[in-house]
Amino acid sequence: MSTWIAIGVTALGCYGVKLVGLLVPAGALERPLIRRLAALLPVALLAALTAQQTFGDGQELVLDARAAGVAVAAVALVLRAPFLLVVAAAVVVTAGVRALGG
Amino acid sequence: MAEQKALEDLRVEGDKPDRVVVRDALGVGVAVGLSGFAFGVTSAGSGLTLVQTCALSLLVFTGASQFALVGALAAGGGPLTAAAGAFFLGVRNAFYGLRLSQLLSLTRAVRPFAAQWVIDETAAVALAQPTRRGARIGFVVTGLSLYVLWNLTTLLGGLGAEAMGDTDAWGLDAAGPAVFLALLAPMLKSTTERAVAGLAVVLGLGLLPVLPAGVPVLVAALAAPVVLWAQGRSGDVREGER
Repeated sequence: MSTWIAIGVTALGCYGVKLVGLLVPAGALERPLIRRLAALLPVALLAALTAQQTFGDGQELVLDARAAGVAVAAVALVLRAPFLLVVAAAVVVTAGVRALGG
Repeated sequence: MAEQKALEDLRVEGDKPDRVVVRDALGVGVAVGLSGFAFGVTSAGSGLTLVQTCALSLLVFTGASQFALVGALAAGGGPLTAAAGAFFLGVRNAFYGLRLSQLLSLTRAVRPFAAQWVIDETAAVALAQPTRRGARIGFVVTGLSLYVLWNLTTLLGGLGAEAMGDTDAWGLDAAGPAVFLALLAPMLKSTTERAVAGLAVVLGLGLLPVLPAGVPVLVAALAAPVVLWAQGRSGDVREGER
């Protein structure tokens, strides 16, 4: 049940912000500071999420096969690989390292 | 969900035939739409049911938020804490909407229907077109192809995960962080973005053992205003950027 609550709240919230953007008068959110903050907020969230989902296991920090997979994804990104290839590389390397007992 | 690198090639000035706009839009819609498979597998592997997984793609339809939500739930986060992280990631769509509503000049009656498609990819394709007609075609074709494919591949991913059993053995727990990293990489344009990302990583990892699940990410979001504030103090604010 709590999963459905999370889904419902997220769906309403995410649809709401999409609609607000289309409905509010132009210029209302166009102040430079607000724009800068809006651009930087996803940077902070994505960086924290990447780190946590790579090294977090519940409330512990661990170094396991995921770190190798995400490291390879980072290399693929530097080499400007397409999105799907980046994700696939991370998955394959993680599975491989884990199969080898990492 | 962002194919920002692919989109750099789309910026063409002047007149642009409709079929070129359609081709570019389909390219983005198909490439990103296929990655719904990774979401379906990750969501099912995180313990959500197939119906819940599909409901997320149908109703939320903004990839980073979806990955963040299932990741937070899998880590044991409370429903509202998990939803808060997903919501804050979705806030950027409001700013796409601001620019799109002028560019597409939608009637008020159409806006509630167009809103669900206001995401990274549709905004990037529409904003890259030189004319209003091109922007409208780009928005609709990207939105439609991405929405249909993203939901189909989510379903397939969810079904696939059930057939696979232990998704971690297949390395699929690395799909989430790899997606986040792929979304993050094109945003790290200047030292400001890198400082925010670095501080967020330190906060996110440092607070993980001490705060309830899902809360450290919300605290890490404060890296954005903190870095802006620090820059403001050192007089290094470049407001013309972006």
